[in-house]
Amino acid sequence: MHELSIVASLFEILEEKAREQNAVRITAVKLRVGRLSGVVPDLIESAFDTIKKGTLAEGSCLEIEVAPFDFKCRRCGGNAFLEDPATACASCGSTDIELVGGMDLVVEKIEIEVADP
Amino acid sequence: MTKKDVLVLKDLLGTNKQVAAEIRRELRSRGILCVNLLSSPGSGKTALLEALADRMGTTYRMAVIEGDIETERDAERIRAKGVPAWQITTGGACHLEAKMVGKVLPDVPAAIDFLFIENVGNLVCPAGFDLGESLRCVLLSSPEGDDKPKKYPQAFLTADVLILTKSDLVPFLPFDPDKATAEALTVNPRLRVFRVSALKGEGMDKLAAFFADALARERAGRA
Repeated sequence: MHELSIVASLFEILEEKAREQNAVRITAVKLRVGRLSGVVPDLIESAFDTIKKGTLAEGSCLEIEVAPFDFKCRRCGGNAFLEDPATACASCGSTDIELVGGMDLVVEKIEIEVADP
Repeated sequence: MTKKDVLVLKDLLGTNKQVAAEIRRELRSRGILCVNLLSSPGSGKTALLEALADRMGTTYRMAVIEGDIETERDAERIRAKGVPAWQITTGGACHLEAKMVGKVLPDVPAAIDFLFIENVGNLVCPAGFDLGESLRCVLLSSPEGDDKPKKYPQAFLTADVLILTKSDLVPFLPFDPDKATAEALTVNPRLRVFRVSALKGEGMDKLAAFFADALARERAGRA
């Protein structure tokens, strides 16, 4: 339940990018949220809708891509993207596997409007 | 008005990770082993630290940072054992963040062996925040039930050590330590598992020996 503080960091990043790009408006924001990031996409959306009021992103829409678990096998080097936490490598059966993805909380890209030259 | 896409690719937890990395570097350079304890409220984090202080307090110099939403109670319990303790009250926040630990760090004596951080009691949120620790321990007490690792996978996946606490209550509860261990190991096969009773002392010497060994490995640069 710390989505509000996560979204507050998101707005710090958005403000910085908007300034750097001379944006007049931010019209879309895309996030990648890992299955294991510990945050709930619905709560991120609610917090986003609350905080965006009065900012350059006021009229923007938020898109959240939920990233699956990504495991790498330490024995055979195989990778697997899965819905559930894996117990063994899908290729060689080894249990010596490492979680390498699914914990990300990343601002992927934004769509902005800039004044015509 | 022209629309354009701008690639950002910025980590929302980037600032926390950066501060945590600085803390880790600082503590390692001082030869301190930092241990982050996380679990649900009431699973025995403070009792475990009290029992560790009884066993390790004379041989090693310990310090403790306590995280709670309110009150100084946990820090007082630790100080009563003769161990310096600092209380961080988050005032509502469900987890500790690296910058909170960073603020306390200048007060922590440089010449200690172990810095234990007792996180806010919560099996969900603290798992997402690196505090600069070298070892992360998740506690699971027998009254909580043996089905928790798969229900709260992030805590178990990001931990190095699983400590099954309140082993003295196992005979009275429908808690199967073998099942809890097996389930935790399917979530994270690299977990080191310990079974302890902080109140009765069962398993505590083994756990204390593990921490002593981890400190030696950290100092040898192999941890």
